Amino acid sequence: MRKNWFISASAFICGLLFGLGLLMAGMANPAKVLGFLDIAGLWDPSLALVMVGGIVVTFIAFTISKKMPQSLLQTKFNWPDATAITRPLLIGSTLFGLGWGLVGLCPGPALVLAGSGAIEGLIFVVFMLIGFRLADVVQARLS
Amino acid sequence: MIDWTHFTPQSALSGGLIIGFATALLWLLNGRIAGISGIAAGALTSVGAERQWRLAFVLGLVSSSWIWLMLAPLPEVVVTSNYQLLALAGLLVGFGARLGSGCTSGHGVCGLSRLSGRSLVATVTFMTVAMGTVFVVRHVV
Repeated sequence: MRKNWFISASAFICGLLFGLGLLMAGMANPAKVLGFLDIAGLWDPSLALVMVGGIVVTFIAFTISKKMPQSLLQTKFNWPDATAITRPLLIGSTLFGLGWGLVGLCPGPALVLAGSGAIEGLIFVVFMLIGFRLADVVQARLS
Repeated sequence: MIDWTHFTPQSALSGGLIIGFATALLWLLNGRIAGISGIAAGALTSVGAERQWRLAFVLGLVSSSWIWLMLAPLPEVVVTSNYQLLALAGLLVGFGARLGSGCTSGHGVCGLSRLSGRSLVATVTFMTVAMGTVFVVRHVV
């Protein structure tokens, strides 16, 4: 029980930090995201730097963890094991890109925006959650 | 052409480093991938301890703007899309990220950091489609 409490507390802090990073980076601002995606217009390359910053630190963490028997809170490292390029992967990523390009919001920033009380964020998140469920239903049917 | 007036290298890189730090912490402490769509979708369907940490993560994400507000005014947010378009895009983003096993964070940050070919394919796919969509909306229609 005590261990679960630590795990949740740590997850809360990580979620909070993640959100602060998104706000700092400008990712919670759809106009900024669209400025990055608009390579044919006036292009704002900022979000490429967000990716670089995120990837560098995460890469270091993955590298360190390879020498650790388990995580610091004594759980196993949940390495994703899927490697196949499947149709759901391609179709899903395509639909995701379409939605992302239409308004400039992806799941993390949308949750931050909804949390701030912005009606635009709330509408997006409600339909995003419905989308999650629909995808689960479709995948259960397919398999 | 580069939009120098909106280019914010310093805050973008700092924000990216903080995102990376949060992702690194969740991995090193909890052994979990910080993929937002996976965590949030799992928070709806899983039970017990599995659900608990996911809800805690989402709660942290959702409350981040309030913690930010204690220190500084919120950065500018400009949404030009109408409610119908937001609903449609939300549905596409949710459905697509779940079907494709990840979004910008899970595939884009975590997957690329682990040098996953599958995540690279997903990231290139959604980046290309998103850029194509913006191109069509802004320069063709």
